[in-house]
Amino acid sequence: MPTPSQSPLLVIVPAFNEEAAVGDVVRSIHQSVSGVSVLVIDDCSADGTVAAARAAGAEVLCLPHHLGLGGCVQAGYKLAFELGYQYVIRVDGDGQHDPADIPRLYEVLRTSGCEMVIGSRFVEQNGSRTSPVRSLGIRFFRMVLRPILGKAVRDPTSGFVGVNRTALALFSRSFPLEYPEIEALVVLQRKAFQFQEVPCKMRPRAAGRSSITTLRSISYIVHVLLGVFVNVLRYDRRLRTGARGKTKG
Amino acid sequence: MDRLLNAMTIACGAVILLVLVSVRRAHIRVEYSVSWLLAAAALVVLSRADGVLQSLARYLGFLYPPLMLLLIVGCVFVIMFYRFSIIISKLRDDNIALAQRMAILEYHLQALKDQNLRP
Repeated sequence: MPTPSQSPLLVIVPAFNEEAAVGDVVRSIHQSVSGVSVLVIDDCSADGTVAAARAAGAEVLCLPHHLGLGGCVQAGYKLAFELGYQYVIRVDGDGQHDPADIPRLYEVLRTSGCEMVIGSRFVEQNGSRTSPVRSLGIRFFRMVLRPILGKAVRDPTSGFVGVNRTALALFSRSFPLEYPEIEALVVLQRKAFQFQEVPCKMRPRAAGRSSITTLRSISYIVHVLLGVFVNVLRYDRRLRTGARGKTKG
Repeated sequence: MDRLLNAMTIACGAVILLVLVSVRRAHIRVEYSVSWLLAAAALVVLSRADGVLQSLARYLGFLYPPLMLLLIVGCVFVIMFYRFSIIISKLRDDNIALAQRMAILEYHLQALKDQNLRP
């Protein structure tokens, strides 16, 4: 893997049973950002995800057993932090995120001073489609998060995120383990960090099935609401004023 | 009332026996068996010592003493479940941290091996 001195950016790709899609994702990342390091974090897949990722030119971090998305992403953050990377962008291994958007995310991450950037499919109308159930869930969480974050977040469930070293240090120590995207925003807000949304296009899954089924959606909502609530309870009140003043829109 | 108390004694005796057998077979660690054994022993004493049960029920305002015993059993279970939820959560966190550390160390090890293999 190229060292942080060669490229301060690391692209991490959490993957679980994504043999069919992960190779193309890694190749697309290399095409979109030349010379970038790509780390696939394999969440103990039962198929040939590891081999496909290595064949496409990625480094692979193999977890000894299945940890779930949060544990998988955090493992990547921990390694990136240890290796000294300044910026980390997460791209899902199912091919839903377009690696062509990585340079835009990276640019905003480097120049805006925000600790986190979110690739959002709703900042601009770009033809990205979501299922009605998911769309309803996103609207619901927008409503829930608005008063907590003190600003609107259009795509709170997006996993296409970039973080700088400050957020990386935080997430290496503490990261939501079950469904991390929404809770991570509250964790950031607790520390008075800033985030910004960047318009991105999302594609349908290239292969495989989403881990979030209709039944699990209900569990997802309950889990995330509880996680958000717990994180709000942990909120450091001394930071409240600063946090509201600092968030960028 | 006697029948209920006898059933309680037998059930608690069975719990004590089961826990002791599990500890002997190393299915339960000694530190996690203590709370089960203490709770079951206390319930055996209460179900056998009629005087203690009656006075305690009177003091707490229960008209039917075995009902109080059932309430105590319920409370014991709630406390035990709460305690074990804390233990399981901590074990899960430790397990995740260990798995991540192991994966990262394995990654570093492989990188070192690859480095040494290079001419």
